[in-house]
Amino acid sequence: MTETAEATATATAGGDVGGRRASLWGDAWLELRRRPLFWVAAALLAFMVVLALFPSLFTDLGPNKGCVLSSSKGGSTAGHPFGFDTQGCDLFSQVVHGARPTILIGLAVTVGSLVISIVFGTLAGFYGGLLDSVIARITDIFFGLPFVLGATVILVAFPDHGVGAMCLVLVVLGWTTMTRIMRSQVISVKSMDYVRAARALGAGDLRIMFRHILPNAIAPVFVVSMLNVGQVIAYEATLDYLGVGLQYPTVSWGLQLNVAQDYFTDFPHLLVFPALFLSVTVLSFIMLGDVLRDALDPRMR
Amino acid sequence: MWRYVVRRLIQIVPVFLGTTLLIYTLVFALPGDPVKALAGDKPLPASVLHALHERYNLDDPFVVQYGKYLGNLLTGNFGETYTGQSVASLMADRWTVTAQLAGTAWIFEMIVGIGLGVYAGLRHGRLGDTAVLGLTTLLISVPTFVVGYTAQLLFGLKLEWFPTAGTQDGWPVSYLLPGIVLGSFGLAYVARLTRTSLAENLRADYVRTATAKGMSRVRVIVRHTLRNSLIPVITYLGVDLGNLMAGSIVIEGIFNLPGIGQQVFQSIQLKEGPVVVGITTFLVLIYLLANLIVDILYGFLDPRIRYD
Amino acid sequence: MTETRTRTGDDLPGTDPEAPLLEVRDLHVEFRSRTGPPVHAVNGLSYAVDAGETVAILGESGSGKSVSAQAVLGLLPSPPARITGGEIRYRGVDMLGRKDRWLRRVRGRRVAMIFQDALTALNPVIPVADQIAEMFRVHERLGRAEARTRAVELMDRVRIPAAARRASDYPHQFSGGMRQRVMIAMALALRPDVLIADEPTTALDVTVQAQIMKLLAETQRELDTALVLITHDLGVVADVADRIVVMYAGSVMEQAPVLDLYARPAHPYTEGLLAAVPRVDAARSGRLTPITGAPPNLAKIPSGCPFHPRCPRARDRCTTERPEPRDVGAGRLSACHYAEEVLGDE
Repeated sequence: MTETAEATATATAGGDVGGRRASLWGDAWLELRRRPLFWVAAALLAFMVVLALFPSLFTDLGPNKGCVLSSSKGGSTAGHPFGFDTQGCDLFSQVVHGARPTILIGLAVTVGSLVISIVFGTLAGFYGGLLDSVIARITDIFFGLPFVLGATVILVAFPDHGVGAMCLVLVVLGWTTMTRIMRSQVISVKSMDYVRAARALGAGDLRIMFRHILPNAIAPVFVVSMLNVGQVIAYEATLDYLGVGLQYPTVSWGLQLNVAQDYFTDFPHLLVFPALFLSVTVLSFIMLGDVLRDALDPRMR
Repeated sequence: MWRYVVRRLIQIVPVFLGTTLLIYTLVFALPGDPVKALAGDKPLPASVLHALHERYNLDDPFVVQYGKYLGNLLTGNFGETYTGQSVASLMADRWTVTAQLAGTAWIFEMIVGIGLGVYAGLRHGRLGDTAVLGLTTLLISVPTFVVGYTAQLLFGLKLEWFPTAGTQDGWPVSYLLPGIVLGSFGLAYVARLTRTSLAENLRADYVRTATAKGMSRVRVIVRHTLRNSLIPVITYLGVDLGNLMAGSIVIEGIFNLPGIGQQVFQSIQLKEGPVVVGITTFLVLIYLLANLIVDILYGFLDPRIRYD
Repeated sequence: MTETRTRTGDDLPGTDPEAPLLEVRDLHVEFRSRTGPPVHAVNGLSYAVDAGETVAILGESGSGKSVSAQAVLGLLPSPPARITGGEIRYRGVDMLGRKDRWLRRVRGRRVAMIFQDALTALNPVIPVADQIAEMFRVHERLGRAEARTRAVELMDRVRIPAAARRASDYPHQFSGGMRQRVMIAMALALRPDVLIADEPTTALDVTVQAQIMKLLAETQRELDTALVLITHDLGVVADVADRIVVMYAGSVMEQAPVLDLYARPAHPYTEGLLAAVPRVDAARSGRLTPITGAPPNLAKIPSGCPFHPRCPRARDRCTTERPEPRDVGAGRLSACHYAEEVLGDE
């Protein structure tokens, strides 16, 4: 198999295998660049981010502004492509404004979970022993808690469901997945020869962790975190929908769907547009994560 | 082998305690007097309040409360609601609905998921594979409740292929649509997992050996790769059973199925602590058991993992 | 001709009793990818092997030897590999371009193969005896118990100790040498005419290597099989082979009977290889002389003679004109413009 694999590898690299030094991320970028799926996902994502950052580019109205009750649930007309929501607000404007809290929460929670998972995962994997057992048990405990249940319980107790509270809850309940992966990655990297070599050269624990283990262990965690953003957004929307998430006057897609549930049979546009934007956002994060994973996986070439 | 089982069982205990403690804390250590909340606007005479607090151990220090709760658990007593009904009997009534829902979803995701995954794995890199990938990505991206409503609207109301809500038609008819919706997320995962696993195994050296031995393509796939490929899938399916139970909260709401998911949601809103804790404890137990079974099963399936 | 061979050879239509058991003629294999130029893994390999003979295909990594071996049984993954020329004949019947169904009659039954790394080449979740027994169950339709018995017998024959007890063990529970014996047992189960051994001892310790080679030699004598031995190890080859085919960058450099090759190489590459091997009879303080440079990138094989950048005897003609293997007397072939010179220098 060695020869066939080598032959294939040479053919793919199209030349100098002995020559340039390939790095995992450098190669991954080259691979990513070539795939149309990457560009599609990136474009969609960029669009959503712009929507979140600069809503005024798309609509003149502020959130929940310009609502005329008599237009409630109206269909699309000139100047109001998505129609109106139950309060008579322009649905297009509302959907535009819904992007910000959603994406903000998605990113903030993922970054928070990533930080926690890096810290805990590395410590647990690196030191092993009692520390590892304790962290593993704690992870198990949180893992065993059904997410929606836990989140609902917490949120019901605290009436103020601002973006900050949502982020906190989602991080508290969601850090476990990535921590597990980080830990197992660290464990497998730890036994690699280059780590042993670094130790033999006198490197201290921290240095080994930061310079050697972390960069090599992090790739799958990174991929999962990208997929995670999508999941967090979906969870957040679910909580909004259940009524225990963000509340009026915050505008979010999940909330819009919550409101839509009683009327969508007769006024499907109330459901369709927020659902579409929500799904596309989650979809683009997931596509991006998928493409990234394939690019970083040397075996899939 | 038995040592492994026992060791795992022992490992479960602290996790179980931890999770139930966590839930207990979340529910009872939170501000607000649930009994007063239950009474609403009517002020309760002090004596009644006191008696009720006494009954539900609400005046005891938290640790004692938790301790008493655990004690009761061991005797199968999941506590009582504030209206005096046994939580256990409340769950029993609703349990079958959720079980049927989760069961339907599980079977669906297993059969269709593995089927799609095998199809895609065999056609790795070609159109069929891309199609399945696209479909599963879609299923993962669209939040379950959105799928739920859309399905209800499209297949229930407009096309009238399925009942839109309720359990009148019994199993399986009433549970088909909700089950499919509930299982759609898991289906996507199962399909992808199967696909990746199969594609990987098909490139393994031992597949080449089997081919060199003159085995037919079908035999190579079925006898040599399928079993290896299904190992991670089965472990996922086992764990997912717990997820499905939890996911029922949303689905039961949409399709108006009187299961424990719906119950727990209502109870959270009404701040009925004992019910919430009771149901959650139950769900956690199921989840932990499913995990344990999967772990043990894994050893049977993959002889390289022999319990150390 | 022994009884075995006539038995298995006869039911394949079109066989030529005069033809050698396995003949490869001018084989060309290419690897194509979506990006980049094609890789020429095999450029014109020819050899033939008959009952009781052993042909060793010798070469470094990347010389194309394993690829050529896998091509015989149609095991190359079809994109990206493509057989772009030549013939592969079993008893005179062409095997290239055949469908899987046809090839199944040959694979395992008439031409069997053993692979380099038995740990990955064996299915990790199936007990070894079952993997051997599979040959009997599928090809000869034996029942489970009988196939099992035959499998254990085979394990005994290849000297796996306590075969009956270890029959239900899994590959990872065996040592490297034992695993390789399992592979050999599997390959020999149906008494094939031809056995292709792709680097059978590369992954093993030296002492175990010797044992495995001995086993192969014994079974060959017993069954009168034709053996094609793929290796990079000059030492392994010396004892076992009748003829050696030296490959480099996908092409044949030299082909000769083994003793002649070692005594008087007819190609600079072979010269280089022999000089690089430590020898018991060499001067004590002599240094080993490696071949300078590195094997070429198979997507950019040098013009003319592929070995010319590293050849101490290279001349102008070598950079432009590609030498084809030609007869240099005594049944030897050499792909060198100046083979006579090389032969002379000894």
